[in-house]
Amino acid sequence: MIVPFGHVLLVAGILFALGVFCAVVRRNLIMIVLGIEIMLNAVSIVFAGAALRWNNLEGQTFVLFILAVAATEVSVGLAIIVYAFRRTGSFDPSKFNLLR
Amino acid sequence: MTLYGFFFYLISAVVIGATAIAITRRNLVHAVVYLIVSYFGTAMLFYLFGAPLLAALEIIIYAGAIMVLFLFVVMMIRVESYEEVMFPLSQWLPAAIFGLIYMVAAVAMIIETPGTEISLRMLTATPRQFALYVFEHHWFSIEVISLLLLLALVGALHLGTRKGAAQGLSAHDADTRLEGGRSGGPDLDAP
Repeated sequence: MIVPFGHVLLVAGILFALGVFCAVVRRNLIMIVLGIEIMLNAVSIVFAGAALRWNNLEGQTFVLFILAVAATEVSVGLAIIVYAFRRTGSFDPSKFNLLR
Repeated sequence: MTLYGFFFYLISAVVIGATAIAITRRNLVHAVVYLIVSYFGTAMLFYLFGAPLLAALEIIIYAGAIMVLFLFVVMMIRVESYEEVMFPLSQWLPAAIFGLIYMVAAVAMIIETPGTEISLRMLTATPRQFALYVFEHHWFSIEVISLLLLLALVGALHLGTRKGAAQGLSAHDADTRLEGGRSGGPDLDAP
């Protein structure tokens, strides 16, 4: 008897909106990747709450997979960011105009 | 409202507040540390939802490895000045407007969907039950994930090598090759 399931969805929805805002508005590569991590976190909350709602462990299993995929994507993404910084000397995505 | 309900609202407020502060920081280290606070709150939420193993894994992997990796990168790359243009009005105003439209739509959908007013029960999946379930039904996905982590390792190693550093040359040859092969960007180790 904790909370209505809609409140869990609302909390996760607000977190997801904050993550999208961070990934869209910030002009720094690391903050964009942090926004992606916030979105993944919000989705994990929904999956864990849904596992409690429907009494099914599939939701928690998927949170495990989300954790592993987030670790993978962060490591490769940060390696790319470090390489891009070495090439152009800045974190600003609008400075990456080497293709022009 | 029961005690656990009160905990849920309190922890949700902490998580949303910490995340909202984190995305508006100019200093990257501050943003990462606020996000670590947010992940601690999420781990508490997992504990409330009856997933203690996931709470521990979230602290270990998310707050303990991923955020520390961010801190490594931020502290390794010394940015002398804050060169990011923070929140020009023409950028964050449309984003905020569309975010508000999304929130209105989300709240409307949550109210209209018939199953969302059911209160959750307090249940717990012990790590043993969770592990038995995962390895019985999803063992193949676990193997695929281990392959994915190997891919990440190989990719990060390949992207991290410098030109001429991984080819087993003598020290003199490596120096001359580095001198000639340096591209236009600044060096990571430059003092």
